[in-house]
Amino acid sequence: METQRRDLTPDLFGSLEVGEQETERIAGPPVGFWKDSWIRLRKNRGALISLAVVVILFAMAFVVGPLSSSQSPYTQDLARRYTEPSVNFWFGTDEFGRDMWTRVWAGTRVSLYIAFLAALLDMFLGVTFGAVSGFLGGRVDDVMQRLIEILNGVPYLVVAILAMVIFDPGIITISIAIGITGWVYMARIVRGRMMQLKDQEFALASRSLGASGSRLVWKHLLPNSLGPIIINLMFTIPSAIFAEAFLSFIGLGIQVPEASLGSLISDGASQLRFYPFLLWFPSAIFCLIMICFNLLGDGLRDALDPKMRN
Amino acid sequence: MIRYVATRVAYMLGTLFVIASVTFFISKMLPGTPFADDKLTPQIREQLFEKYGLDEPLYVQYAKYMLNMAQGDLGNSFYFEGRPVLQMILERFPVSAFIGVQAVIFGLVVGLVLGIIAALRHNTVWDTLAVVVAVVGVSVPTFVLGPILQYWLGLKLGLFPIAFFESWHHSVLPSLALSVFVISTVARFIRTEMLEVMGQDYVTLARAKGLSGLAVILRHVLRNSLIPLVTVLAPLTIYLVTGTLIVEQIFAVPGIGEQFVTSVFVSDYSMILGTTMFFSVFFILALLIQDILYGVIDPRIRVH
Repeated sequence: METQRRDLTPDLFGSLEVGEQETERIAGPPVGFWKDSWIRLRKNRGALISLAVVVILFAMAFVVGPLSSSQSPYTQDLARRYTEPSVNFWFGTDEFGRDMWTRVWAGTRVSLYIAFLAALLDMFLGVTFGAVSGFLGGRVDDVMQRLIEILNGVPYLVVAILAMVIFDPGIITISIAIGITGWVYMARIVRGRMMQLKDQEFALASRSLGASGSRLVWKHLLPNSLGPIIINLMFTIPSAIFAEAFLSFIGLGIQVPEASLGSLISDGASQLRFYPFLLWFPSAIFCLIMICFNLLGDGLRDALDPKMRN
Repeated sequence: MIRYVATRVAYMLGTLFVIASVTFFISKMLPGTPFADDKLTPQIREQLFEKYGLDEPLYVQYAKYMLNMAQGDLGNSFYFEGRPVLQMILERFPVSAFIGVQAVIFGLVVGLVLGIIAALRHNTVWDTLAVVVAVVGVSVPTFVLGPILQYWLGLKLGLFPIAFFESWHHSVLPSLALSVFVISTVARFIRTEMLEVMGQDYVTLARAKGLSGLAVILRHVLRNSLIPLVTVLAPLTIYLVTGTLIVEQIFAVPGIGEQFVTSVFVSDYSMILGTTMFFSVFFILALLIQDILYGVIDPRIRVH
């Protein structure tokens, strides 16, 4: 099928000198896993806005909230009970005349503390259990999996309630009660990932170079499992926030005069008929946190693990 | 299949054993002793300890406790003296069950409709709306939703009574508060399932055969999307159990949840532990049913 044109003679053609550098350049700079994920996350508007809101909420709870007002979240003054939101008290005052603006941010702070402590504990237990079970395999794995199957059936909030009946309520004990009950799912994910990775070539290469088991786990298998761990962590945080609020709501969580979002919502709900603003403000912040963490979690899942996207 | 069910039941019994043991040791770790009344002479106290078997070594108490548990005996309430815990729970169970079942039925119907609309009108305003409803519904907890419903539908609009449980009218708001989570979970699930199924070859084939759009959706897409809905059974049960604790408290509904929270406040330990067992059994049964249905639907799981 070759057609020849008289005006295009072979001597018009020559080979172009392409240096080695030149051919490489076409590929563009290499994009690593994290960069790639970040590019995907950036395209997700909902997740990005959520991230911004979470950062703002953190700033409000830890820095701006306490500094922005001369009021203290604990000072009682019965002369000014139940003032409506005003210039002096932006969110009003509660039944003991405590300033709600600073109190809501103090509560947010406590809720976030507990959520992160619980999530860290959850991650520590889940990753350790999952890594040991998945990496060792064999009989150890069998036993550990049977244990997981049994623990899987335990309703975690009920156990958290029982734990709170024994412990004195406080930030640490609440975090422990929530953390020790929720790690089973994390353990399953990490175990699955370990089983999948440990027979791959890079693990074999590392092993044949003489890497010890712990080095293999710490330097190769765990870093490669970070994606699923982070995704799971992002869903653990809102459920820990929920669990804390739940415990506080039924009176087993943070005790007065300390406040958490849950205890503030609980107090507000009891005054709903006459002073609904006591409920609206903490509820709004609480829902905002939950929505943002959920959206952020969804976004991160899509970004870190595009296969799971649907 | 029989082997699979047997394994699941064995795990279930294992879980129950663990929970029963945990509740026993927790009851031993609880602060204070029963009969701490100063007016009791040491002899009477000793007799009381003897009567309730508290003077025996721990392992004997444990064995007796487990034996009682196995027979469904949860002991007597500390607060309402002499009343068996199990009887008190069973008296209140129908109220909780009524509100819960009503919420699940309503949530399933609305969630299905919402999810189906979202999938059929993918990438339109309807879809976005359904997704927003789903995210908000999962994120807004019952203890925020309940008071909101009380305030707007109850106080402002005066449509429904906001507390107590005297007629069907009284059950509307509690059920509604519980159903929002069901709606969003189901809607979200059905939407993603349907979107996936609609991309399958057999759906294209059904269309190519000349089936009408409705027949394809009803007979092929929907039917295949509904099957995996089994997976939300266990999470929903967990949710309903914790939900009743809150909703019944907010709306002053005399169900198990309200009783449980009250027993926490008055330190009625036997009631707390008994209700825990009851909730656990309830949840484990849901898990068992889910696992068995799983095995029926997807034979690959049985082999695994």
